[in-house]
Amino acid sequence: MSNEQGDLLVILRHGPHGTSWLREGLDAALVAAAFGRRVTLLFMGEGVTALLPGQGSGPLGQKGTAPTLEMLEMYDIETLLVEAEALARYGLDAGSLMLPVASVGQGRIAELTASHPLVLTF
Amino acid sequence: MRYGILLMGAPYSSQASHSALRFAKAVVARGHALEGVFFYHDGVQNAARLAAPPQDEPHLVDAWAELAAEHGVPLQVCIAAALRRGLLDEREAARHGKQGHSVEAPFELTGLGQLVDLGLRCDRLITFAP
Repeated sequence: MSNEQGDLLVILRHGPHGTSWLREGLDAALVAAAFGRRVTLLFMGEGVTALLPGQGSGPLGQKGTAPTLEMLEMYDIETLLVEAEALARYGLDAGSLMLPVASVGQGRIAELTASHPLVLTF
Repeated sequence: MRYGILLMGAPYSSQASHSALRFAKAVVARGHALEGVFFYHDGVQNAARLAAPPQDEPHLVDAWAELAAEHGVPLQVCIAAALRRGLLDEREAARHGKQGHSVEAPFELTGLGQLVDLGLRCDRLITFAP
């Protein structure tokens, strides 16, 4: 994980299915990165379930978010953070997720929201 | 101070649009600059020109348009989120072979890059969402 300060912190608080929040949040992150902004992604609450491996698109016929997550590296979005408390709540381990992530506590999350010039929450 | 607004709630479904509008008016009334309003997620529904709420309720779509007319505030709508939800201006309607259009000036369909620009340009970007 890089400690370099990003331009933009995108917080994802919704799971991959049921609503379009996650997909539209990821779209905002990708567009910002495509325009050369340094993006930090933080998965909070239910959002951590987006990183569970082996997800399909489901019967609704919408594109799943897993393929988008796999593209993050191509867009140079490499700072992927997950909320430690949410991992514990869902009984997940950072090492079992589909991408390499760093687990962060409440104190660090407060620092991140304060230090990024722009925070978008989905 | 320079403010921007990100609105992600549909009108009449949640409080988000009402609150954003009241905040926008307060910003202008206090002499701050409102650099733009960006409509994303279900917030794109605020641009529906055919909205016809009961006459004894506030007309939120018209209210946004009035804000733009009176104070020159750009109203930018995410094109990808809008097209999915049936919100097309004349140009997009023609491009997709649709009769009629559902978005008109002062709302403009634009890309998400504009949201990032607005957010980084302003001192504060305030999000209103359900």
